[in-house]
Amino acid sequence: MIGFILTRAAQSAFVLLVMSFIIYVLLGLMPGDPIDLMIGADPNVTTADITRLKALQGLDQPLLDRYAAWLANALKGDFGYSRLFAKPVLEVLGPRLLNSLVLMAISLALALMVAIPAGIHAARRPGSWTDQAINLLCFAGVSVPPFWLALLLILLFAVSLGALPASGMQTIGDGGLLDRVRYMILPTLTLSAAGIAGYTRHTRAAMIEVLREDYIRTARAKGLAERRVVWRHALRNALLPVVTIAALDFGSLFSGALITETMFSWLGMGKTIYDAVMGNDYNLALVGLLLATGVTLVANILADIVYAWLDPRISYRVERGS
Amino acid sequence: MRISPVTDCGSFSSFDLIALLSVARLRLWRRPRVKPGATARVSATVLSRLLIALIITIAAALGTTSAAPAQTRDKLTIGITQFPSTLNPIIDSMLVKSYILAMARRQISIFGHDWEAMCQLCTELATFDNGRAEAFDVVDKAGKPTGEKGVRTRFTLRGDAFWGDGVPVTTRDIVFTWKVGKHPETGVADYRSFQDILDIEVHDEKSFTVVNRKLDYRYYAMGGFQPLPAHLEEKAFVVPKEYRNRTLYETDPTNPGLYNGPYRITEVVPGSHIVLSRNAQWRGTAPAFNEIQVRTIEKTAALEANLLSGAIDYIAGEAGLSLDQALAFERRHGDDYDVVYKPGLIYEHLDLMLDNPILADLPVRRALIQAIDRQAISDQLFAGKQPVAHSGVHPLDWTHSEEIRKYDYAPDKARALLDDAGWSDIRNGVRHNAAGEKLALEIMTTAGNRVRELVEQVLQDYWKAVGIEARIRNQPARVLFGETISKRQFTGLAMFAWLSAPESLPRTTLHSNFIPSPANSWAGQNYTGFNDPEMDSLIDAIEIELDRDKRGALWKRVQQIYADRLPAIPLYFRADGFILPKWLKGVRPTGHMYTTTNWVEEWRVE
Repeated sequence: MIGFILTRAAQSAFVLLVMSFIIYVLLGLMPGDPIDLMIGADPNVTTADITRLKALQGLDQPLLDRYAAWLANALKGDFGYSRLFAKPVLEVLGPRLLNSLVLMAISLALALMVAIPAGIHAARRPGSWTDQAINLLCFAGVSVPPFWLALLLILLFAVSLGALPASGMQTIGDGGLLDRVRYMILPTLTLSAAGIAGYTRHTRAAMIEVLREDYIRTARAKGLAERRVVWRHALRNALLPVVTIAALDFGSLFSGALITETMFSWLGMGKTIYDAVMGNDYNLALVGLLLATGVTLVANILADIVYAWLDPRISYRVERGS
Repeated sequence: MRISPVTDCGSFSSFDLIALLSVARLRLWRRPRVKPGATARVSATVLSRLLIALIITIAAALGTTSAAPAQTRDKLTIGITQFPSTLNPIIDSMLVKSYILAMARRQISIFGHDWEAMCQLCTELATFDNGRAEAFDVVDKAGKPTGEKGVRTRFTLRGDAFWGDGVPVTTRDIVFTWKVGKHPETGVADYRSFQDILDIEVHDEKSFTVVNRKLDYRYYAMGGFQPLPAHLEEKAFVVPKEYRNRTLYETDPTNPGLYNGPYRITEVVPGSHIVLSRNAQWRGTAPAFNEIQVRTIEKTAALEANLLSGAIDYIAGEAGLSLDQALAFERRHGDDYDVVYKPGLIYEHLDLMLDNPILADLPVRRALIQAIDRQAISDQLFAGKQPVAHSGVHPLDWTHSEEIRKYDYAPDKARALLDDAGWSDIRNGVRHNAAGEKLALEIMTTAGNRVRELVEQVLQDYWKAVGIEARIRNQPARVLFGETISKRQFTGLAMFAWLSAPESLPRTTLHSNFIPSPANSWAGQNYTGFNDPEMDSLIDAIEIELDRDKRGALWKRVQQIYADRLPAIPLYFRADGFILPKWLKGVRPTGHMYTTTNWVEEWRVE
């Protein structure tokens, strides 16, 4: 297992390196650099100003030279300054990463907490009225666009009932736990809705499949309690595809949810990366995207480990040829 | 003084969690007693308990605190849609930064409500009449006259101007700001205006003379000169290249010594909000509010919801809802709020690519403008709040002239002009010339800007009626402004707006020296490629004409040429919609780039 983890870690490092190059080049090839945008906004900028400002920001250098310089600094731990925030990029991303993590982790946990029991319940009685009701809700959850759901929730809970804040992360000057929980409720519900629907569908499908397996019939024939059959034997096998999807979603914990973050003024990674790309903040966009890539890679390694735990038949031992 | 970097996300302590759980009286994890064969009920039980837990948690959160933070009248919460990228007053120009800083900092001079220059930190503007200004002949390094005139202007700082830490605003701050601004490595975009200053002669702590290498019509004021506190900022300027990142406006933005206005910034959460509290060192009119909170909510729908829920009191017109949104809001909630509209110096127009042979022909340009009913567009889409423009000069600007060619809606005249221009062969509703070329033009604007896209479709329809095919090809703002327009890659018409100041000389937009090209690194904003020797000489003449009447005559001619030659199609002057609570009085929109917050001490609760 250790060999497997080390191999995957090395592969991930290589992927990150390649991704850093691809992202840097793509950002560099986007039309308009920061100074081009400034020209459009400031009528007084002259040719001399443009030359001076491009030189100051290193934009007069070829793209590959700029990437090499960035990489050399990054390997020394210096990821540069954010042009939009005038702060070191890690100082900008750190708090936002935490904000995204808190919001997305709670949403994911909530989605799984609701979706797995709902999926099992639906799978136990396929075609029953409860199964159909759950399916209907799932389709609704998947179909409703997050911005629309967010608006509905804001109108209901913030405007009509006045019970919850419409947006933000805390009351200015407050910031206690319950205050923060109040601000978190609507974005969490918005984000969870689609997750609940998706995970319920996956759990239901996997459970229906597993419950038809011979070993389930054998377990029942042995007289095991139905609860034990479902939760211990069936669910453990049915969770494999759910774990795969959850591992992929885990990356989004760090890349954030752009629309929900924007609607609720939540200072997370999604909005930060979007603003960085649109504002030509190369350093911030690059490190933000790499962070999201890195976490997705780590999540996938963890998922592989969880597979082995869920299904002992899966082994990562390296086979040696004789 | 509070500063809450966003890292402070609050700690979910075990005590808090226990308290929350005990309030909710959760017994989630008690193992259910299950009879064999009752699995469906088990999962239903688990599901229902989880849902109950969720509801109880929400109920606990709802129940323990009041619905919305109570808004006392000694506090004002303003909603805006952008957060400033820096709080340093001389690095980067950004409307939302100016909006916020105007409550906390004062400039030497600004434009007032009457669109005339006025002092903020100075005691008197410097004119030849009051003896504070005098012209001189500029000499080169060898001491020989260059033939150009410079000007020396003497200013005195107000005696009651203090930084928030009690240090008086002095000439030391003026000289330091000049040094920062003119240094090529500090990253100040408009550092030429600082470089135009040859010297600043200090007479005493409060009086100084600015020696400017150029004598132009704006000599009497120091617009845009925003003193920095030398006693605090000098350390950050030791390495000029690092100043942008080391300035205290970035590293210690709640330092009271950075501010000299009625308020000072006491809390900054980047991307979220800025809190301003009364500045104890402010000696002017006392402001009404102890605290002003400025919250950034980018989505205008959420901004509206926040206003309606009471989380914010007022949506700033300068950086809030678009006009159509403000109009819709007024229709729904006009009884509960004062909605004030102010057309400003935002000139919405269509730039025409004059390199295109079709558009190089003046009759075609005139046909284009006569084929559209701009008044109907303004009336129908903007409830008549956005006045139709006939040139780039705003009607409230003293330089505005009515004695120019105006184009009313006249589709028959447009058709006749096109016929005369050789576009008389109509096939499938589109005009062709004798060579068989189609009268087709591309129109571009910022993708996603709902209002512009709507106007674009209306224009397309008008032009179709006279046989002109307009093909829409929109691009995201960063591509449109960062590449397509700035590098003159559009082929037909480009719809966008100019934001200018009162009596703003159109040198960069209409002078032939400012046509962007690879040779000048794409500098300049004469994107249409307009090249008119008379216009060039008028612009040069206006800049150095000090006599107001003579300058007015020159301005009239500029507008006449613009209307005659039509390098662009004027559409209208955009209006801002200010949504104010009925109890807030004294907010007077200016219509120019100096925001309402420059008079924040006049805002009152009634």
